[in-house]
Amino acid sequence: MSAIPSTAIEIAAAVRSGSLSAREVLDDHLARIDARDGEINAFNLVMVDEARAAAAAVDAQVAAGEDPGPLAGVPLALKDNLCTHGIPTTCSSRILEGWRPPYDATVVKRVNAAGAISIGKTNLDEFAMGSSTENSAFGPTRNPRDTSRVPGGSSGGSAAAVAAGFAPISLGSDTGGSIRQPAALCGVVGVKPTYGLVSRYGLIAFASSLDQIGPFSTTVADSALLLETISGYDGRDSTSINAPSPSLIESLGEGVDGLRIGFVTELMGEGIAPDVAARVRQAADALAAAGAQIGEVSVPAAAYGLSAYYLIAPAEASSNLARYDGVRYGMRVDAPTTAEMNAATRTAGFGDEVKRRIMLGTYALSAGYYDAYYGKALKVRTLIVRDFERAYADFDLLITPTSPTTAFKFGDKTADPLSMYLNDICTIPTNLAGHPAMSVPFGGGADGMPVGVQLLAPALGEATMFRAAAILESAAPAIDEVWS
Amino acid sequence: MSARLTRDNVAKVADLARLELTDADLDRYTEQLSAVLDHAEDVASLDLDGVPPTSHPLPLVNVLRADVVVEGVDREEVLSQAPSVEDRRFRVPAILGEEP
Repeated sequence: MSAIPSTAIEIAAAVRSGSLSAREVLDDHLARIDARDGEINAFNLVMVDEARAAAAAVDAQVAAGEDPGPLAGVPLALKDNLCTHGIPTTCSSRILEGWRPPYDATVVKRVNAAGAISIGKTNLDEFAMGSSTENSAFGPTRNPRDTSRVPGGSSGGSAAAVAAGFAPISLGSDTGGSIRQPAALCGVVGVKPTYGLVSRYGLIAFASSLDQIGPFSTTVADSALLLETISGYDGRDSTSINAPSPSLIESLGEGVDGLRIGFVTELMGEGIAPDVAARVRQAADALAAAGAQIGEVSVPAAAYGLSAYYLIAPAEASSNLARYDGVRYGMRVDAPTTAEMNAATRTAGFGDEVKRRIMLGTYALSAGYYDAYYGKALKVRTLIVRDFERAYADFDLLITPTSPTTAFKFGDKTADPLSMYLNDICTIPTNLAGHPAMSVPFGGGADGMPVGVQLLAPALGEATMFRAAAILESAAPAIDEVWS
Repeated sequence: MSARLTRDNVAKVADLARLELTDADLDRYTEQLSAVLDHAEDVASLDLDGVPPTSHPLPLVNVLRADVVVEGVDREEVLSQAPSVEDRRFRVPAILGEEP
């Protein structure tokens, strides 16, 4: 077999120049999936026939002297909460099993139009609720770097697919860390863009004021390319920002000389594993060596982020998931009356964690508790926004761990939901503020599993964030280098 | 605040959310949801008088579009995905106690 390049940028260049066919690239990746996805379970569905047809179309374009686009022939995996026209989309939930959406998500249209080959739908925690993919109705995804450990979540399948080499790039969604945390645990790059930068049309809603779609990749440049491809205004999403998309690739090489980068005090101490904190300090040293000024900054309200999030996100979810009533799509459990049918369907169709969050959200919104819980959480959100504004008055970027620990073992946190929720303490504040953030691999922890360093930027600060990410990437120790 | 979540609260909430719980479910969820709400007491106990709420990260305004006809999703295709259909409409069991 001829050598297939490992990055999207190299593959697209080779396919566009005609030196490599999209078919060869696809066959190579399908063979890798065949060989190892039985063990990893990154995919709910591998779209073999559709992918072959798309690859043939790209090759025909090249043969005809046309340019298929910046992602020509690049295999790409889609989180299974992104609607694909006529192709099953499950959210890893029984309640949507077998449903074929009548339209494509905007991001799916955009990657296909750029020449990418959608290769399959990846596993997730049911409805994107979880941090390990253990909440999938179709079995967990395993971490390709150690299959006794979780890949993180909720976009665990998309992170694992890239880490295992099943696809050089993938798309996930991030409501409280669901792109960045699995990226960190699997040792790949993952980006949560500014709220509104990427259209959510066709992303099945979890918590609408927080959800955002973003890329996974093995390199910073590939994430920059994919984010450029999917971002931009879309009239079908009323939260879409009507502003020019950032030029990310262009600024990648600009370095960090003179940038002010701050450690967030509240996210470097208690609850953060010492080896993870040490890697973040080492990453900051690398940025300093490249000319950045490193300081320390306090974002006091970040300490309340977790509590606020676990009131706001379930409240929005309880409303969004009311639509699964057995009437218009997905499964139905028959019963004599509609009310009984609704309840029987939801009881059989939703898993444990989804039920927990629906009930939590219903409670937080119910009469007598609204002001104390949901109302307070919205005010805390204001405090978090204000604290970030103060921090960004003095700093261009912030730096924290992505996840408090490296990848944990299956079953370690499933009995105690709160311990699972604590995985998200470093990632949640940016979702509440609507800001961009990304995770970049930076060596291994004491157990030799990947550590992710998180870079945070103010709204629409992606270009600056990617400049620092490129420096971290070039300075990073090997992903399996044990911290000692 | 800190009135502890009771089993009855959970049963009420499950009913509102159209979920059926067994006795064992009720015990388990009461314990698990209590732990989460206990953690949320750090927020519930804050004095936030005078702080405005943020329900959304963007300063959103209503989005209007030109009143022109555009192609929507295909009706037959949508109906083909429904559990039960009659006369090109979604079909449900009895709603108001009438004979099914």
